[in-house]
Amino acid sequence: MHGRDASPPPSPADRRLTAIARHLEGSSAVDMDSIAASPTSASARNSVFDHVVRAPEDPILGVTVAYNKDASPVKLNLGVGAYRTEEGKPLVLNVVRRAEQMLVNNSSRVKEYLPIVGLADFNKLSAKLILGADSPAVQENRVTTVQCLSGTGSLRVGAEFLARHYHQRTIYIPQPTWGNHLKIFGLAGLSVKTYRYFCPSTRGLNFQGLLEDLGSAPSGAIVLLHACAHNPTGVDPTPQQWEQIRQLMRSKALLPFFDSAYQGFASGNLDIDAQPIRMFVADGGECFVAQSYAKNMGLYGERVGALSIVCRSADVASRVESQLKLVIRPMYSNPPIHGASIVAMILKDRNMFQEWTIELKAMADRIISMRQKLFDALRSRGTPGDWSHIIKQIGMFTFTGLNSEQVAFMTKEYHIYMTSDGRISMAGLSSRTVPHLADAIHAAVTRLA
Amino acid sequence: MHSGKTSPFSSFSPADRRLSALYRHLEGSSSIAAMDSIAAAPTSASSAAGASVFDHVVRGPEDPILGVTVAYNKDQSPVKLNLGVGAYRTEEGKPLVLNVVRRAEQMLVNDNSRVKEYLPIVGLADFNKLSAKLILGADSPAIQENRVTTVQCLSGTGSLRVGAEFLARHYHEHTIYIPQPTWGNHPKVFGFAGLSVKSYRYYDPATRGLDFQGLLEDLGSAPSGAIVLLHACAHNPTGVDPTPQQWEQIRQLMRSKALLPFFDSAYQGFASGNLDADAQSVRIFVNDGGECLVAQSYAKNLGLYGERVGALSIVCRTADVAGRVESQLKLVIRPMYSNPPLHGASIVATILKDRNMFQEWTIELKAMADRIITMRQKLFDALCSRGTPGDWSHIIKQIGMFTFTGLNSEQVAFMTKEYHIYMTSDGRISMAGLSSKTVPHLADAIHAAVKRAA
Repeated sequence: MHGRDASPPPSPADRRLTAIARHLEGSSAVDMDSIAASPTSASARNSVFDHVVRAPEDPILGVTVAYNKDASPVKLNLGVGAYRTEEGKPLVLNVVRRAEQMLVNNSSRVKEYLPIVGLADFNKLSAKLILGADSPAVQENRVTTVQCLSGTGSLRVGAEFLARHYHQRTIYIPQPTWGNHLKIFGLAGLSVKTYRYFCPSTRGLNFQGLLEDLGSAPSGAIVLLHACAHNPTGVDPTPQQWEQIRQLMRSKALLPFFDSAYQGFASGNLDIDAQPIRMFVADGGECFVAQSYAKNMGLYGERVGALSIVCRSADVASRVESQLKLVIRPMYSNPPIHGASIVAMILKDRNMFQEWTIELKAMADRIISMRQKLFDALRSRGTPGDWSHIIKQIGMFTFTGLNSEQVAFMTKEYHIYMTSDGRISMAGLSSRTVPHLADAIHAAVTRLA
Repeated sequence: MHSGKTSPFSSFSPADRRLSALYRHLEGSSSIAAMDSIAAAPTSASSAAGASVFDHVVRGPEDPILGVTVAYNKDQSPVKLNLGVGAYRTEEGKPLVLNVVRRAEQMLVNDNSRVKEYLPIVGLADFNKLSAKLILGADSPAIQENRVTTVQCLSGTGSLRVGAEFLARHYHEHTIYIPQPTWGNHPKVFGFAGLSVKSYRYYDPATRGLDFQGLLEDLGSAPSGAIVLLHACAHNPTGVDPTPQQWEQIRQLMRSKALLPFFDSAYQGFASGNLDADAQSVRIFVNDGGECLVAQSYAKNLGLYGERVGALSIVCRTADVAGRVESQLKLVIRPMYSNPPLHGASIVATILKDRNMFQEWTIELKAMADRIITMRQKLFDALCSRGTPGDWSHIIKQIGMFTFTGLNSEQVAFMTKEYHIYMTSDGRISMAGLSSKTVPHLADAIHAAVKRAA
């Protein structure tokens, strides 16, 4: 249904253009209005939606759907990026439970609408978290931060704003990237192009390709950057490479749009994981940052995130904020109160913040140790190939390098579920299940080279 | 900046801009070439020049409804009264969290086996089923035949937007008719989704009631298949609802022209105090076997405002169509916010599925509705006793949270300035913001405004 890669579904204007084109061509083909036979009376049997085709299952979420249907006792879900404990269970952080109980047991709290831009404390604290408490941009009031629905919502609101107010409506996204990025930007009205990023032969960064592609982008184009723990590859630029990227982008006035879904989750350190963003902000230039608390605070289903736009001046930031409201109000009016209240409570309380950093590091460390265990397990099996990328890559995901045939084999024979691009969620592994995965990879690689 | 086309939202897609360019060529206009010159493109490493790429961005106007509270908050007067935004207040003038909501919430949060995993794109399954039953009736054939797809959305606004986006992509008619007047956010919600917005006559200023003739004429001349927005009950901002007989006439007319109903149900149970009575308009349409959309909000009737809980139901001819429609709704939601928030929907599901909690809810809900009805009576009596010129019976005839006073913007401005009473400039007041204590002050203000401007 959505044919070409980067084009959004037809808008009313698109359909009018298509109709005009057909008239001009003298075509007598069927008119768009007959897409659905209009029922002629109240008793008509036809549905006005009879022509609607069944959409394909979301590829990432579809993995869990398939996993749930599998009855095997050794099944392993390495699909969606949600953290699991050593016992293979979802985790609600202790500090989150505490904060939530304090909030809910406080009978003076009410459930009034938040402002359109969300919870004020949450916004300020989120900006400080990602930009640094001492950030000049924050101190100079040059940042507008609006609460949005996790990373997806922040990206969408930012993209809608850009499509309406920015002079360049093309965004460059890395190849590959999170599957939902393309649709978010396309439906917001941006045109989507890609820049080279992952190098399959090295399973690392194609830095030369990246520089060439960004170098040949038109001046002012928007560029999506994964702040850390690139999804799906786990391959991040080094600090030196980030500096080169920054210089190139600023020289061409390319507008950075950071997707920060893993701050603190990648290295275990909140400040380190924010470095690429802070480097850009420190040079005084402008940028967008979409922040998610889904992973680093384990607040997945509560949909907590923030969009920050760093501007040249406080006045610009304020005008930009007023326009962000006009994007949000007709979309969902104002954001949900619960998750943001939990985040604000934790971020503003010194002890809770400390507790959080410890729990966060524990999650990051467990993932790093899973990487090491998987690497060791493949080596001890003598699995052909260089598997060092498993320990070089960072964050929740590993881009194994397995092809879709090998992936299908692993699912069928070993009941291991992952996305068909060979991405596995390290968070879904445990010491107990690493051997099973290693066996499966070994079999896939040796049988289907 | 935006070409002078019908829709104010026409400039946002690449195709829209091509169309605009085409228009200009056809008109032989030599006006400013392309939309692309909206903002001067920075010509060099503007980090040196210090120019913002958003320097051209104009300040957007304050939301008129929410702006009332902003202005109210700035006022220092001890007698100030906020009759702007539609959030319930107690007799003491305070926000209310229902007891049953607090109970449900505490149960959820104290249950350590609960986790915070992503909901499915369509939301919490129990919540969806229970919401459909609540609005359509537990015995609804549409539900029993699996012809309804229900997806959790962000309150009423989110449900309307997702439904509108779906229609803009998959329905053959892209015009929606909205009542005149309607909630201020409706045109924007539909416009940004890609629908073209027209209006149908609804409110009659002379009677302060329904312009039924005008409504029938306007819907009667709408193109076949057009979408029609209907307020299920407690019309916002007027409080004027069709009678059951009028609803039946509307239904017949709409079905005869294959007009597609899109219900906005934000006040079920809040209007009359009875959940089933307030759902009748929706149910008579569903019971004729036809299709419709329903946007449900739990903001007011469960007092869950800030938790953003709602549902979009699409009633289809067959279960197969409903299944395919649902799959397409996911493609609208996923690139917007991926999946909906867990907390509020969990509270609603907990209450709706527990017989005792449900009962408790209906009692607390009726109490809110009754208090508002009482305020209507008190205000009416107060104006009568002051001999305020005019017929004020519409105050007790209208239903729901809002009263369309009939005051003009000049009178409204006077009441704000002299009496520190805040309302939207169309003369809409939220009865939920009144109390026995504050009714006299409001009555004095209305009296003064009406006598002064006479």
